[in-house]
Amino acid sequence: MKCDESEVMLHALIDGELDAGHARDVEAHVAACPGCGEKLAAFHTMHEVMSATPLKEFAPAHLRSRIEASLTPPASRVVSMRSFFKPTRRSFFGGFAVGSALSAAVAASFVLTVIRGDREQAVADEVVSAHIRSLQASHLMDVATSDQHTVKPWFNGRVDVAPPVIDLTAESFTLLGGRLDYIDSEPVAAVVYQRRKHLINLFVAQHLGARHARPVAESIQGYNVRHWSQDGLDFWAVSDLAGDELAEFVQKIARAVPRSSSAS
Amino acid sequence: MANDAIAEQERMRRFRDAALPHLDEVYTLARYLMRNTDDAEDAVQECYLRALRHFDTYRGPAMKPWLLAILRNVCNSEFTRRGRGEVPTDYAQDELVAEEMPMWQEQQASPEKMMVRQQDAATIRRLVAGLPEPFREAIVLREMNNLSYQEIAQVAGVPVGTVMSRLARARAMLRSAWNASENTTVRSGPVTASGTAL
Repeated sequence: MKCDESEVMLHALIDGELDAGHARDVEAHVAACPGCGEKLAAFHTMHEVMSATPLKEFAPAHLRSRIEASLTPPASRVVSMRSFFKPTRRSFFGGFAVGSALSAAVAASFVLTVIRGDREQAVADEVVSAHIRSLQASHLMDVATSDQHTVKPWFNGRVDVAPPVIDLTAESFTLLGGRLDYIDSEPVAAVVYQRRKHLINLFVAQHLGARHARPVAESIQGYNVRHWSQDGLDFWAVSDLAGDELAEFVQKIARAVPRSSSAS
Repeated sequence: MANDAIAEQERMRRFRDAALPHLDEVYTLARYLMRNTDDAEDAVQECYLRALRHFDTYRGPAMKPWLLAILRNVCNSEFTRRGRGEVPTDYAQDELVAEEMPMWQEQQASPEKMMVRQQDAATIRRLVAGLPEPFREAIVLREMNNLSYQEIAQVAGVPVGTVMSRLARARAMLRSAWNASENTTVRSGPVTASGTAL
């Protein structure tokens, strides 16, 4: 084997792409040729350093939600789909997203009318749609702060409940802020938390679906949903978090909700 | 109609399950090809939409190289649209120029050159980002996306032999830049690498 051949092959050796025969050839040449031996050592070290260094990029949370949402048509009315699929800055993909979203929405609503129909399901779907909207429309928060003492008073006069705003930072659920949202045309308080890259919307209102003392779990459009009632308030937690992690969140919130937070 | 609707939902669900786990991989390649976050995000979103559209015809290979190949096409169409130099037709030209350059500048490497020292992630990223195409793409697919030569060949649409020569060139260029950046660091530091001689 000549040096110019070896210079290419030694990379295949480093990358484990050579069969035993070729590997032997390269190793024999490298052992006899100091120049190629030096290169193999250097490139091997470089490869090892690169493998050991975290060079991967991680898709930002908002991009992930945007893509997840575009692959998860919300079970809401077709009318809302227009604003839902906002085109990107340069309209990279023209009309395709809207077209497929519309047909998907038609498909989704059709499935819903077949399978569901009761009031509880309608509310659940609205809650999930509100969650997806919050990720899409860069309107996640009206008040963005991790300070519960800022978020809580902000809701005063905006909704007819005083939603409990609980700091769970120590439990690795970060409080991001609060938002006024509408479900079934009624204003509801949305408190936003985050764990890792996953956002959680906790919707709180006086009457939102049937009363359940114990949390009811379901999965809608790929989102996990937990609904329960406590102290005269209805709570809906929605997230793309895994079911058990969302259950943990619900448990911590339910335990921390102070008795005094009742709308009374 | 009911069956169609359910089938469409099922198709989307299957696509999500298959494609979403590779989002970070796709984003990584996009980040290095587009070289800025906004363009990378747009390209990734377009990649997933195209992939969903063609999911029915997807029969393999593995999902990851399939998605990366789509992403690469998205990036190249974007470069073509903008009329930038970084279009596939220019790749060949780059390669010709590269072939004429000596494979390795320092024929007799001095002992300290043998060492490839630790570099921090930010420096390595910068050095890789500074490589010209198609060498940057080759090294990212290999080192960051962990693809096999066969898979890189599929993504880049070239024979495996070309992948090998591109990788060899890419690593040689990267090593030069790597050493150059080390030397700078060493020179500016309080202690020289070779000469703490008393």
